[in-house]
Amino acid sequence: MDLKLLDAVASREEEEAVAGFAGGGRDQLLPALHAVNDRVGWLSQGALNLICETLHVPPADAYGVASFYSLFALEERPERVVHVCTDLACRVKGAETVCEVLTEHVGAAGKARGGVTWLRGPCLGVCERAPAALTFQAGDPATTELVAPATGASAVLAAQREPSPSDGSPPLIHQKDGLRLLRRVGVVDPSTLDGYRATGGYAALRNALRMGEAAVLREVTDAGLLGRGGAAFPTGRKWAATAAQPAGPHYLVCNADESEPGTFKDRVLLEGDPFALVEAMTIAAFTIGARQGYVYLRGEYPRALRLLRNAVAVCRERGLLGTDIMGHPGFSFDIEIRRGAGAYICGEETAIFNSIEGFRGEPRTKPPFPVEKGLFGKPTVVNNVETLVNVPLILTGGAAAYRAIGTEASAGPKLFCLSGNVERPGVYEVPFGTTLRELLALAGGVPEGRSLRAILLGGAAGGFVRPDELDLPLTMEDARAAKTTLGSGVVLVLDDLADLGGFLLRIAEFFRDESCGQCVPCRIGTVRQEEAIHRYLAAGSDERALLREVGGVMRDSSICGLGQTAWNAIESAIDRLGALG
Amino acid sequence: MTIVDIGIPRRLVEFTVDGETVRVPEGLTILDACTATGTDIPTLCYGDTLEPANACRVCMVEVEGSRTLVPSCSRKAEPGMVVHTGSERTRTSRKVVLELLASATDLSTTPGVAEWLAETGADPDRFGPDAATVAQPAIVDNELYVRDYGKCVLCYKCVDACGEQWQNSFAITVAGRGFDARISTEFSNPLPESACVYCGNCVEVCPTGALSFKREYDKRADGTWDESRQSATTTVCTFCGVGCNLTLHVQDNEIVKVTSPHESSVTHGNLCIKGRFGWQHVQNR
Ligand SMILES: Cc1cc2nc3c(=O)[nH]c(=O)nc-3n(C[C@H](O)[C@H](O)[C@H](O)COP(=O)(O)O)c2cc1C
Ligand code: SF4
Ligand code: SF4
Ligand code: SF4
Ligand code: FES
Repeated sequence: MDLKLLDAVASREEEEAVAGFAGGGRDQLLPALHAVNDRVGWLSQGALNLICETLHVPPADAYGVASFYSLFALEERPERVVHVCTDLACRVKGAETVCEVLTEHVGAAGKARGGVTWLRGPCLGVCERAPAALTFQAGDPATTELVAPATGASAVLAAQREPSPSDGSPPLIHQKDGLRLLRRVGVVDPSTLDGYRATGGYAALRNALRMGEAAVLREVTDAGLLGRGGAAFPTGRKWAATAAQPAGPHYLVCNADESEPGTFKDRVLLEGDPFALVEAMTIAAFTIGARQGYVYLRGEYPRALRLLRNAVAVCRERGLLGTDIMGHPGFSFDIEIRRGAGAYICGEETAIFNSIEGFRGEPRTKPPFPVEKGLFGKPTVVNNVETLVNVPLILTGGAAAYRAIGTEASAGPKLFCLSGNVERPGVYEVPFGTTLRELLALAGGVPEGRSLRAILLGGAAGGFVRPDELDLPLTMEDARAAKTTLGSGVVLVLDDLADLGGFLLRIAEFFRDESCGQCVPCRIGTVRQEEAIHRYLAAGSDERALLREVGGVMRDSSICGLGQTAWNAIESAIDRLGALG
Repeated sequence: MTIVDIGIPRRLVEFTVDGETVRVPEGLTILDACTATGTDIPTLCYGDTLEPANACRVCMVEVEGSRTLVPSCSRKAEPGMVVHTGSERTRTSRKVVLELLASATDLSTTPGVAEWLAETGADPDRFGPDAATVAQPAIVDNELYVRDYGKCVLCYKCVDACGEQWQNSFAITVAGRGFDARISTEFSNPLPESACVYCGNCVEVCPTGALSFKREYDKRADGTWDESRQSATTTVCTFCGVGCNLTLHVQDNEIVKVTSPHESSVTHGNLCIKGRFGWQHVQNR
């Protein structure tokens, strides 16, 4: 391929940012775009040109990729950008007030003034401390500051001064007893391997290496571990199918994109127990025969990035990543952390592949499935962070003990993300089968003096349940029987004062914003859905028949799960809460 | 492709379409099989010379046992599959997908769509007068073709034809995302500053008229474009030794457009700038 490059020339700063990528290929495109955007704050034609020349990517292609992600700017913008979350949980907790104060003191969203701009944006994944704002300051090095919970005043302050480099405070766990997945979070120093090992870390990998691949596979399968990323697919089956593929190499991808509004459990695991993920991935790699793994981490998780980077580096130093791991001859595995750049769709398992490979984060058509043709066209396992962190539990206690937790069809412990109008928002760990009422009680219920209006279960792609449905046991099978879903574990509580209409509008807006645009039902359907809800809220017109027809076709004919679920929550609000009527 | 080229002997796959048993060579898509056996399925993004992007979702069919509908243009026929091409569910999907497209896009030069809209009883106006559209001014920045993206349905065909599937020029891409996604050069720079080599292969595959030859665009604008007065003659390009087939479209004794037969096993409808545009000298008067 002969490249025709742009005439524009890169600045010295841009050159420095790109220098480290010499000799790289297209799969370095996302990291290279990040490097310039981090350093300068935006991507000029000169910078893009240099990246294209360095990585041998056509400029139009690179532009198509850069313009896909919301964290990249292709027009000059200030070095400091404040992202204010206006998504579900933050909305419930007063994000609009924060925006009003910012507009008054800093100017309208998106307008550059005095070296800063602020933007309204989707969920930042710190819903337990809503409302949240995150400042990015370009430079060498780039810095970030998380302000959560934010007030109008603290957000204005964050916009007006250099961020004091802080990636937020450590996750706080309210629960004390019976924790397995969360037992180290907030207790053990997440930056030291010794702390991890002192609390049983790496016993599971030792067991796995002793047992051999087949036995690990049997144990994980017998444990009945179901994927925790939303689709609840049996992990053992996925691993076995990939392990059995003759084509090589095999890849492992940990899905740490976590951009579902209201979801923050993976962040809490990553920040509180990063070595557990590294160990779990090493076990998975051993079992499926992968030598290379990727963690696809959402771009808005600075603290998780710092701690995970540290964990990977320490493990490499101590022979727990690299070659002949733990002295096991011939077992090599390493992990690369890939930062996302602001695109919910990149959590879809095949969109991740495109994103890592340096293409637009558009989902691929299935079949073929990832276990057969995944990353770089090779057999690949994609697993969620929480799913993986269950694996060491299984390999230390055994499948039978694991199975003793939860129910027959939904085994093990489960993390739920409680946010909204609840006394103590946060991540809670309970056995599958705990009822919604019990879970709510753990978090202190709705604040005193208010009553429960509805719960959004499973996130923006999930559905609403009513106060009279609180005896629902939280299992995959009971959720399915009740025509709802646990999804990624979102439990977003709305009280009697919540603005349900505005909340539904935000859900519709989220899907319209986050559609990749590839297929017609989703690209245009999500726009029509949002318009219809607008019309209802403005004029009270009955849009339910139209919403049902468009929603049904989005569900039936969209390429991927985003379009297929974009109408779930709104449909359930109509059917179960009598909304929009 | 409608012609079922069996090539090296392949196993036959037996499955059911609308209650009829159909046997086709292994590897064919549901769409191929249906076309070959006489069942008509509308398509928009399907390209007879391109890998299916399956983005338009007009060709969706019902396959028993599948949770969602299935794009017939890309799903391979499997033994024992039970396919319905005209069920209530597929008809509703086709209608709504066409309504969505027609409410957002100018489909006035897209062949077939008017009939499909009528057939399915689609009513694109029901999304109201304020429905967002992709309307925008046409881009005329060179002498050879016009980009009128208000007519673009984002079928990806031009990107694939310009990129790795045929031309390897990579001059255009999809930029942005969601409803704001659009076909674009880098930084929306004018085409003459891009990597475009003016082969016109993107225009050849565009199903909507969003990309058109300047001559055709101008003639449409002044009302003198009239396909009923046109004849098409296929001949051989004489510029170089490749010897591509050219189809000359002639109106009133004047060449108004050059295309190339997609069945040609050498070029599959692709040409270079000389074959596609080097005809003015024939008719300089
Ligand atoms: C639009 C969309 C976004 C998704 N985002 C995530 C995500 O952020 N994290 C995640 O683990 N899974 C996400 N998923 C689900 C993944 O596609 C996939 O099912 C999951 O990562 C598989 O891992 P598991 O089997 O361990 O659950 C998403 C799916 C869709 C359709
Ligand atoms: S359903 Fe939406 S997000 Fe998924 S491929 Fe289609 S346009 Fe993209
Ligand atoms: S310009 Fe034409 S070929 Fe290109 S995507 Fe749009 S409709 Fe398809
Ligand atoms: S179209 Fe181009 S490549 Fe084909 S014969 Fe003519 S000059 Fe040669
Ligand atoms: S023709 Fe099949 S999806 Fe467009």
